[in-house]
Amino acid sequence: MATPENLKVSELPEIPDPGADEILGPGHNYATVTERIGGIVYTPWKRWPGKWWIGAIISFIFVNLLMTAMYVLFFRGIGTWGVNIPIGWGFAIINFVWWIGIGHAGTLISAILFLLRQDWRTSINRFSEAMTLFAVACAGMFPILHLGRPWLAYWLFPYPNSMWLWPQPRSPLEWDVFAVSTYGTVSLVFWYCGLIPDLASMRDMAPHPWQQRIYGILSLGWRGSAIHWHRYQKAYLLLAGLSTPLVLSVHTIVSFDFAISIIPGWHTTIFPPYFVAGAIYSGFAMVLTLIIPLRSWYNMRDLITLRHIDAAAKFMLGTGLIVAYGYSMEAFMSWYSGDPYEKFMYWNRITGPYGFTYVLLILCNIALPQSLWSRRVRHNIGLVWVLSLIVNVGMWLERFVIVVTSLHRDFLPSSWGIYIPTKWDWATYTGTLGFFMLLIFLFVRLLPSISIFEVREVVHHIAHPREVYTEKQL
Amino acid sequence: MSQELVLSELPAIHGAMAEFDTPEELLAACERARAAGYRRMDAYAPMPVAGLAETIGYKRNKVAFCVLIGGICGAMFGFGLLEWMTVVAYPHNVGGRPLNSWPAYIPITFETMILFASLTALFSMLAMNGLPKPYHPVFNVPAFDRASIDKFFLCIESSDPNFRIEDTLQFLRDTGAREVTVVPA
Repeated sequence: MATPENLKVSELPEIPDPGADEILGPGHNYATVTERIGGIVYTPWKRWPGKWWIGAIISFIFVNLLMTAMYVLFFRGIGTWGVNIPIGWGFAIINFVWWIGIGHAGTLISAILFLLRQDWRTSINRFSEAMTLFAVACAGMFPILHLGRPWLAYWLFPYPNSMWLWPQPRSPLEWDVFAVSTYGTVSLVFWYCGLIPDLASMRDMAPHPWQQRIYGILSLGWRGSAIHWHRYQKAYLLLAGLSTPLVLSVHTIVSFDFAISIIPGWHTTIFPPYFVAGAIYSGFAMVLTLIIPLRSWYNMRDLITLRHIDAAAKFMLGTGLIVAYGYSMEAFMSWYSGDPYEKFMYWNRITGPYGFTYVLLILCNIALPQSLWSRRVRHNIGLVWVLSLIVNVGMWLERFVIVVTSLHRDFLPSSWGIYIPTKWDWATYTGTLGFFMLLIFLFVRLLPSISIFEVREVVHHIAHPREVYTEKQL
Repeated sequence: MSQELVLSELPAIHGAMAEFDTPEELLAACERARAAGYRRMDAYAPMPVAGLAETIGYKRNKVAFCVLIGGICGAMFGFGLLEWMTVVAYPHNVGGRPLNSWPAYIPITFETMILFASLTALFSMLAMNGLPKPYHPVFNVPAFDRASIDKFFLCIESSDPNFRIEDTLQFLRDTGAREVTVVPA
């Protein structure tokens, strides 16, 4: 059936967006969605979009920068970074929290929106799950690089060693080891579980035997038996149900890294919910940053429609308001607590040497995203993309403000200090950005970036609207 | 091509397969096959079809039970590990605080519970489905390539006591199938 001759997706005229009410363009059936999504992978490399090559090469250059930065770090030690007492955490923890937060929207889209039966999630869930995996991979690098002796990272895990020493499980840093490794593993399991039936589709439409063999092995011999589907759906539902509390617990535990300590500005109970909301906020921003160019480059405007962009923008607005509430409660509590260190910390955060980061943070995270209340802004794709970049920057600044301003002036003025990131800090950070982007570029080339079988279900639902509820009937 | 001629040349038959265009036609055919007394059959679809597994006689889905067991084992493993580490293997007095400080163990216990339950969900599903299984007789049917794309199949297996090759093929033709084929084993 799907030979390369009938897969010339890239040569079709530009497919229009069906608008903000539709989750799928007109004229699709089970075969066309399969060919469209699988066809992206099977496009011969000579016909790949030029923008893909440019993006992938730039990302690859930054991956090399990351390798160089790691080499310098391993060779010369942590002193190449700007961290020192009193600011011992610096970029490593800022970037760790930022990346792991970005991952959370992927789990939210695939698990929580699945449980809530939001049918618009189907076009973007696979992609967001991939984003989660790659973001967790970037996040996981930072604490390990920060260890000083990264080759001993396995000491973090409890294993029977010759010294009969065990890690301290009462510490939130040890909780983090379990939370992040569990999160990475479960995200991989969930992603792979969703991929199995689509890998079988890829196997059956492969133009070359070697492609058929590779996707055949990866699909584990899936043949779409009704009984298999029954168990599969149950397993997928349970994975969604397990991922939902997991994603909340992971960022809660990340926030415990701060909240369990006694540093002014960290020791607050608002941290867990406000960290989780911030994580989802930044994650939706990253989803929009990535899918807006993707749908244009690969002519997928009828699969990822204005409806998806609009919904993601609304999510960004909603979680942004929760974050704004978190900021105001932080400010209120530092005054209401009557604690002089807390009061000083907040005043210093706004007027101290890092005051400009706080002003930028409020601008990026609170002020500018309010324009998303307007339907015209949400339906202006270019503007939504710019806003998503602004929120990404804003959420990075939030972690900078939390980590640096609380640490640089704590209880004793004699131990105050200033943190200035070095070029190797920036090289490591931009290097992980390149690593993340390269993985995303490879992912859209090698695997179906939209869940094909779930889009087939959407095709069926659109053809038989009475059998399922739509959002409008609710 | 005469079906009889092919049949006489085949060493063994896995079953008879019918191809349909829509999930509704497949469901109707499965209901008729159940009513006609067939029990050993399987339906194949490129997406989950509500009620299909029940129609061909599937009753108990044990995935949820396995996941429950996996979750309980994970929680017990996590909590037990931490208790053992801090009370038995490496008791360490920090400012006179109790060794068995169980509230601090809850986050890790929760994570190991989720980890074990999730791994159980994937692997119990695959194990009960008999996957990975690279070869299966249904793949011998050339048109079956589209079972993962846009076509729906019903296969009545030769191990069914009511299976008589000519009768079964005729029965499948009568259900309105687009195409009916013999599946070599």
